[in-house]
Amino acid sequence: MLNYTIRRLMFTVPVLLFISFIIFLLLDLAPNDPTGNLPMTIPPEVRQQIRESLGLDQPIWVRYLLWCKQFFINEPLNIIEQWFGIQIGDGDRLRVRSWATRSPVVDLIVERLPQTLWVVGMSYVVGILIAIPIGVVSAYRQYSWFDQIGTFISMVGFSVPTFFTGVLMIVIFSVWLGWFPSIYDTTLVVEDWASFMQQVRQMAMPVFVLALFNAAQISRFMRASMLDNLNQDYVRTARAKGLKERTVLLVHVLRNSLIPVVTVIALNVPQVFGGAIITEQVFKVNGLGQLLIIGIQGADIPLVQTLTFIFAVLIVLFNLIADILYGILDPRIRYD
Amino acid sequence: MKYRSILAAAALALASAPMAQAGRGDAGNLNIIYWQAASILNPYLSGGTKDIDASALILEPLARYDENGNMVPWLAEEIPTVANGGVSEDLTTITWKLKEGIKWSDGTDLTADDVVFTANYCMAPDGGCQGLAAFADVANVEALDPLTVKITFDKPKPFPYGPFVGATTPIIQRAQFENCVGAKAPECTEQNFNPVGTGPFRVVEFRANDVITMEANPNYRDPDKPHFATLTFKGGGDAAAAARAVLETGEFDYAWNLQIDPAILSQMAKGGKGTVISAFGTAVERLMVNLTNPDPALGEKRSTLEGGPHPFLTDPAVRRALSLAIDRNLLAEVGYGAAGQATCNVVPAPAIYVSTANDECLVQDIAKANAILDEAGWLPGPDGIRQKDGVRLSILYQTSTNAVRQDTQALIKQWWSEIGVETELKNIDAAVFFGGDQSSPDTFQKFYADIEMYTNLFDGTDPETYMKSWTCEEIPSPANNWLGSNMPRYCNPEYDALWAKLAATGPLEERAEIVKQLNDMLVQDGAMIPLIHRGRVSAHANSLTGVKLNTWDSEMWNVADWDRQ
Repeated sequence: MLNYTIRRLMFTVPVLLFISFIIFLLLDLAPNDPTGNLPMTIPPEVRQQIRESLGLDQPIWVRYLLWCKQFFINEPLNIIEQWFGIQIGDGDRLRVRSWATRSPVVDLIVERLPQTLWVVGMSYVVGILIAIPIGVVSAYRQYSWFDQIGTFISMVGFSVPTFFTGVLMIVIFSVWLGWFPSIYDTTLVVEDWASFMQQVRQMAMPVFVLALFNAAQISRFMRASMLDNLNQDYVRTARAKGLKERTVLLVHVLRNSLIPVVTVIALNVPQVFGGAIITEQVFKVNGLGQLLIIGIQGADIPLVQTLTFIFAVLIVLFNLIADILYGILDPRIRYD
Repeated sequence: MKYRSILAAAALALASAPMAQAGRGDAGNLNIIYWQAASILNPYLSGGTKDIDASALILEPLARYDENGNMVPWLAEEIPTVANGGVSEDLTTITWKLKEGIKWSDGTDLTADDVVFTANYCMAPDGGCQGLAAFADVANVEALDPLTVKITFDKPKPFPYGPFVGATTPIIQRAQFENCVGAKAPECTEQNFNPVGTGPFRVVEFRANDVITMEANPNYRDPDKPHFATLTFKGGGDAAAAARAVLETGEFDYAWNLQIDPAILSQMAKGGKGTVISAFGTAVERLMVNLTNPDPALGEKRSTLEGGPHPFLTDPAVRRALSLAIDRNLLAEVGYGAAGQATCNVVPAPAIYVSTANDECLVQDIAKANAILDEAGWLPGPDGIRQKDGVRLSILYQTSTNAVRQDTQALIKQWWSEIGVETELKNIDAAVFFGGDQSSPDTFQKFYADIEMYTNLFDGTDPETYMKSWTCEEIPSPANNWLGSNMPRYCNPEYDALWAKLAATGPLEERAEIVKQLNDMLVQDGAMIPLIHRGRVSAHANSLTGVKLNTWDSEMWNVADWDRQ
């Protein structure tokens, strides 16, 4: 297992380098321009100077190597300096800077990560907590009215886009009823009961919208996996031994059915970090998804490059984690 | 929302108490939403309106434009003119006197040194300063004494109010930015996010691309202002959501640039929580007519003067017919509502520059357009499309991707089909269309189409630089890397000569007369077909007073006067 993990980890290095180059190439080939969104009153010569000051007049390989140096050498050194409070070299290194804010991209990401983890992460947890019981009951009582309703709700959750459910919820709960704020206040500090309730209220709608979507997906996996196991011989054996139905279902069937579901859940974790671009935009949550979309709209290439690359790293890593988890949970699977 | 109503009640109680005097910070918190979030608070490093408006709360210029387009002294004592001796007789220098006793928010004095530094900061090479256009022709900026600044120009400047007037060139503090000049400018994150200013507010916390928290500047020159103690400048989302937050849920007090379907906006305004306001500046949505040949067969010479004239758009009859076939009033009603008016001019404001010579186009006349084409020999072919000598009136019409623009395109295509003109529509993502990527064939500078549509405008009230856009030397071509703003490739020596005369003329009335002539040449020679005079639309909560929507300067120009009812 350890050998396998090390082999896979070593293999990720060239994969990630290749991915970073492809991302850079794609962004460079896209006909996008950081001065494209500036007002018309800025004359073309000034725009040209702005582009030059951003380094856009350099050839692509120079810009790629510069980014690699900034991202793989300077930024990690910087993090080490901050963590341990030491200084390496003269400390004056070129960092990956956003073109729109002119500030280091990593600082922007660090500033936004908590919001994304709270809102998107919470919705993932809520989604899983809803999905597993629904999946279990739906499978155990297949074709019952509960199963039919569950199927209907997950179809709705799966097929209705979040930009529709989000706006619908804003119209109902913010405009008509006035229960929840339509705009997420990112400056809110939770320090007492009142501000905690305020935080709960402002998180309610985005979390619910995303949880519905996540639950729809996971409950279907859960149901399918349960159905696979319920008809197995070992279940009949367990029942024949006179075990209680509850024990059969929750100990034997559920445990075995969770194995593929855990893999699916692990594979989807990177999307928690990636944020939910549309939902964050609808509710004005300043998470990573919103940062990415602002970067794309403004042709802020260093920002988009860095964010997409970090997502790529997470996806590769969680694929590995999912494979390893599978091996640990299911003794029948051995990689060596 | 309880918090808000308690505050409102408190403010009301204060207002109704006979002895109460409005003071600094007595109106609580002001919530502003810009659906494009501010990225930086240094307007010299970002020309985006969102960034300029956010920084206008903190940084101030020497003079501003008021809501009627008149210049008002801001940090300066008065507006220098030739009459008061502030502008030299030969029009090459302008001398500004600063008001006495103005302090930065850190308590130090504003001096002429800061003004000189600001100019040098922007004009430093490698800085990529985005306000550089305002410093055109500036030879030198010097401090004569701590409160006097003299700007010298390379040549006579009849309109010397470029630098330090209006929202794009405010004064930044020398002490703060001293080590951030030139190539170092972008690295000064701390300074760019937290500039020290003379304006009514100062930054408490800046979160890039998200929200800015501000508080009243304790050293602001008027002890009773600003009325708001704190200010939240939230960004993100979309225009409809911003409108909803002010007009329907009442969570925010002010929302900027609400260019959404006018029907939806008026529906939201019925919520009774806020008011939609609009004002008109110099922005005109227009059709640019390609006077050169965009035929792909020409290769490199496509859409350049060398490629030869356009096969049919150089015919004045065709251009006049195309213009007459358009119902501008309907376009304004459908796409812009309160924020649009039909216009036939390239310069739609200020009033003294507005020509009335082209008003024929205000009324749609399809029959007349047809008659003009018949007379010019363009006759319908077997497929109903007019043609002459084997040339068909078939137009490729491009613009940026935007719901209102696509509606406009569809309507115009319909009207043109009624006069026997075939139209193919194309829309391109705004960042690509307006971007200057040399490798993209879809930029508005390359203009590989027959007609393109977008909005152009000028800052402030003086159109001199703007009118220069259509002189021969401004034509984009491969030779100048497609830099240039003369999209129609209009080249008329008479126009160039008249523009040169404008640049050398001082008195306002004479300048206005020349601008009108230039405007009429552009419209009557068919380089452009103006469509809609576009205004700004914003919304504010009914409880907010003192808002004067200003299209000549930043919308935040008089935020110190805003108050809660």
